[in-house]
Amino acid sequence: MKKLLAIVLALILVSAAFTGCTPAEPGTGSADGNVIRIGVFEPLTGDSASGGKKELLGVQYANAETPTVTLNGVEYKVEVVYSDNGSTTDKAPSAAATLVDKDVSIVLGSYGSGVSMAASDTFNQAGLAAMGITCTNPNVTKGNEHYFRICFLDPFQGSVLANFAKDKCSAKKAYLLGELGNEYDQGLLTFFEQTFTEAGGTVVKADFPTNTADFTQYLNTAKAEGCDVIFTPVSIAYATQIVSQAARLEIGLPILGSDTLDDNKVLEAAKGTDTELYVSTFYQEGGSPEFDEGIKNYINTNADAKTANGGDDTISAVTAMGYDAYYVALEAIKAAGSPDKAAVKAALPAVKYTGVSGEIAFDEIGDAIRDTAYIKTVNTADGTWKLETVQKAE
Amino acid sequence: MNNLNKTKSAKSTLIVILSLFAFWGLLLLVENLNLFIPNVPKLFTPTSKLFMVLRKVIVYCLIAVSLNLLNGFTGLFSLGHAGFMLLGAYTFAILTTPISLKVPEDGIFYKYGGSVVNFSLQESFGAIFGTTGAGGTISLILGVLFALVIAGCIAALFAYLIGLPVLRLKSDYLAIATLGFAEIIRTIFQCEVIKLPGGGELVLGKLTNGANMIKGFPTLNSFNVVNSAGQTTLYLSTVVPAIIVSVCIVIIVLLINSTYGRSFKAIRDDEIAAEAMGINLAKHKILSFCISAFFAGVGGALYAMFATTYQAKPFTSVLTYEILLIVVIGGIGSVSGSCIGSFLYIACSEWWLRFLDEPQVVAGYQVPLLKDGFRMVVFSIVIMIVVLFFRKGIMGTKELPDLFKFKKPKLKGKVSDNAE
Amino acid sequence: MQSLITTLLTGISVGGQYALIAIGYTMVYGILRLINFAHGDVFMVSGMLLIFLSASLPMTVVIPIIIIATVILGFLIERAAYLPLREAPRMSVMISAIGVSYLLQNVITYLTGGQPMTYPTIPFLAQTVSVLGTKQTVATLITLPMVIVLVLLLTTLINHTKIGMAMRAVSKDFETSRLMGIKINNVISVTFVIGSLLAAIGSVLYFSNYPKIVAVSGALPGLKAFVAAVFGGIGSIPGAVIGAFIIGICENLIKATSYSVFSDAFTFAVLVVVLIFRPTGIFGEKTVDKV
Repeated sequence: MKKLLAIVLALILVSAAFTGCTPAEPGTGSADGNVIRIGVFEPLTGDSASGGKKELLGVQYANAETPTVTLNGVEYKVEVVYSDNGSTTDKAPSAAATLVDKDVSIVLGSYGSGVSMAASDTFNQAGLAAMGITCTNPNVTKGNEHYFRICFLDPFQGSVLANFAKDKCSAKKAYLLGELGNEYDQGLLTFFEQTFTEAGGTVVKADFPTNTADFTQYLNTAKAEGCDVIFTPVSIAYATQIVSQAARLEIGLPILGSDTLDDNKVLEAAKGTDTELYVSTFYQEGGSPEFDEGIKNYINTNADAKTANGGDDTISAVTAMGYDAYYVALEAIKAAGSPDKAAVKAALPAVKYTGVSGEIAFDEIGDAIRDTAYIKTVNTADGTWKLETVQKAE
Repeated sequence: MNNLNKTKSAKSTLIVILSLFAFWGLLLLVENLNLFIPNVPKLFTPTSKLFMVLRKVIVYCLIAVSLNLLNGFTGLFSLGHAGFMLLGAYTFAILTTPISLKVPEDGIFYKYGGSVVNFSLQESFGAIFGTTGAGGTISLILGVLFALVIAGCIAALFAYLIGLPVLRLKSDYLAIATLGFAEIIRTIFQCEVIKLPGGGELVLGKLTNGANMIKGFPTLNSFNVVNSAGQTTLYLSTVVPAIIVSVCIVIIVLLINSTYGRSFKAIRDDEIAAEAMGINLAKHKILSFCISAFFAGVGGALYAMFATTYQAKPFTSVLTYEILLIVVIGGIGSVSGSCIGSFLYIACSEWWLRFLDEPQVVAGYQVPLLKDGFRMVVFSIVIMIVVLFFRKGIMGTKELPDLFKFKKPKLKGKVSDNAE
Repeated sequence: MQSLITTLLTGISVGGQYALIAIGYTMVYGILRLINFAHGDVFMVSGMLLIFLSASLPMTVVIPIIIIATVILGFLIERAAYLPLREAPRMSVMISAIGVSYLLQNVITYLTGGQPMTYPTIPFLAQTVSVLGTKQTVATLITLPMVIVLVLLLTTLINHTKIGMAMRAVSKDFETSRLMGIKINNVISVTFVIGSLLAAIGSVLYFSNYPKIVAVSGALPGLKAFVAAVFGGIGSIPGAVIGAFIIGICENLIKATSYSVFSDAFTFAVLVVVLIFRPTGIFGEKTVDKV
């Protein structure tokens, strides 16, 4: 019995291994049968799954809209292949290798800077260019020649939010709340603190351990310390918890968040309460009516897409960014004139493209030249986002 | 009789050494296939999944074997392994990150105005041996080796400090106490600033870089031989860790077969009887604990080299459970079992089953259920099956050579059966 | 003052919720000597089930259903994953528990797609009441009396019924009680049923206060409850309850200071200190080594 089981198990695994390999097996060149593969490296499970899925959704929609590209008179089919990095840095290198094995011409992603940095070397070894969609930590592109990104950076976002806190909320004291050991949260908190204290404000800083669910104490401390605003650039699962608990405890302080809070789950948590919530983001619904209509239609006609988008058709900024990233990648492939990864890598820095989220061009580090952040607030009555202001760099 | 034993053990030592060399040679050959043969199958290109998985497996082998030394051979149930790995990895990363990245302004420590450890071992050696050509290689190797050893020592030192109070505890109490220490260590390494009661501040970030990642230290790819044009002429990124890990495992095996190892096993089987036989329980327990932590530290450092970046976040109790699973699946008390377990566990979860995450169409039929996350569901079911039906793990307490000894007569029997 | 009241009330209610989970850990340990790592995940699954079911059924029906469903889940886990390993080494059973925990988490990740799910508002429990000038939910206030009632019921069950007597016998000596004609498997099943029942009640109270659930939501409360059980002396029910309250309150007091970062680390530090002075926890029985 045991031996039989062992044999059956081994057989299943071996066959799984082969079926798992087959799509990658044929061909050793960069593309075969006129197919170009674009790799998407995203967290589809784990604590950033919600954001990763929405970003992937944008890429998939763009791919559905423009499934082919013509290079030198030959039409290529563009295929989006994705790999799940599980939101953790220890699974990231092997997830990245999965994409390398699939002969992708360029990699898009990831949501979350940590996983992007962890996979960076794998892409570099394979000679691939990678393009971050919404990873905002400065270290992603710093000190390497293969990582690019199309979004703004944390120092910019942090200072925009700090200025907003000063101007709009006339805050003098801010409560900064982030997850312990999360480079995204802590980075933004630092940049926020810099700008905010330079402008004469004071901050109270607190970190909560991973997997915290109970924010009562933190929120009460914020109130007791006499803070005017709570700045909490945390991942979606924590953000929803914080927003709903703040509403329940009637904290009454405006909550400021970063691009991660631009998510319909957060919206859902704030709906029907009197929470004052502001988030900075890359795109505001209405920025491109054509895109809005198209993606809503795509989400509403595709059950999987709707699940990935969290069950409704509110457009997340990351989806718009994913959409733009796909077109930037296509531009790079067109400029390279071939699906060869080295050619694409060489062509990418010079690509200029005007997407739904604005103009995209890269500077010498590989960062997008961007000076605009949208700040939106939640309309708690009907649970939608509305644009509060557009902030430019000063 | 004694003489016979000696020649026998000399023979088996020779076999072990030869097979190790054969293994290294094979790895070296396979990884460099693409240099001799153009258009080698995708699987054998050095950037393929195979080598990614192999490198991780190699690192995990050492970590699993070190946990096995503690749990399987000494019978001390510890759940603090992630903490020791973290210590080793941080020590390594801090000691080897180049000075250019530790400067106040533009480096990776930009949040804290530079690192307090403003040297790196391989660059210090570079000052002696030179930084280019053979000198550069020597200083890189020496720097990495020294950093690995120091990483192990720091982990062992902490293990000693932790072990003094907690090793008096029994079974599950020991497990939860070590788990607690691992969590405390992680929290401290993630913390940026500790406010001292006196009003001062301890900026830990200057040492640990807080929540930010440490990157830029030598990685496994640094071992590759690169020519002046920037092309890799010889891939060593899998062989070098394999050699380091094999040497470490051989040391562990030698230890297990020594008098100390026999004492460890005696403690595992019956503490009171062992004590009655004159084995100093406290001394042997702490020895095993420190040695295990030392290799966990080295393993953690290699892990950092594999991962190319370093951050404390993934080093939770979940990682310890993962390694414990590997040890138990491989067989508690079997070194080769831990290695096989590492391979199967990692290959399964990160490679073979990955196709389950994507919708697949087989013969025009859309296979149901397949979407992201399904891989892990199937993987956990596989684990449950293995745990339920192979109670002693894949190898039990046997080692790989035992298996051959056992199999040979059986094989003969089968052959003769067929002949009839 | 107000913040101190909130801190204490939150601490007591969280402590009570930990206690409900910790009883499950401690009872299973008392009988099987098994750390049931899957218990925290059973707690999480119970919360998720309520979310799935409340989409189509009224709350008054859903709560009894999920309590029953959680009990069945606990029972099935025991039968499928622990029963076959009764004679196996203890480590194997524990690994099986870790395996179940993985499985539950991964299945939930798969079903929810990794998105945080919103726990529905349970009309009675989510009401806010003003206590000495602070806003508290009914769930916070009701936890302590509820835990007291449940623990009293449980103690009565254990001390004054036949099955309770069997449970005590089994926890004292597994083999002898089997020889005495006690149906061990039934006793163990009852233990798991009780543990899951309390976890289900705990999950309703806990998630009413912290209404977002992801697949790992059970991990931290599970770990804390386990620490509480060890703290009180694993195997002892009053020990687990008192340990849970101490941990809940301590944790919230720490969070209210500027050392909030160390709230989890502190829990472990306290545990280690207690274990060093009392190696089997506060109420743990002294183990006597037998040759």
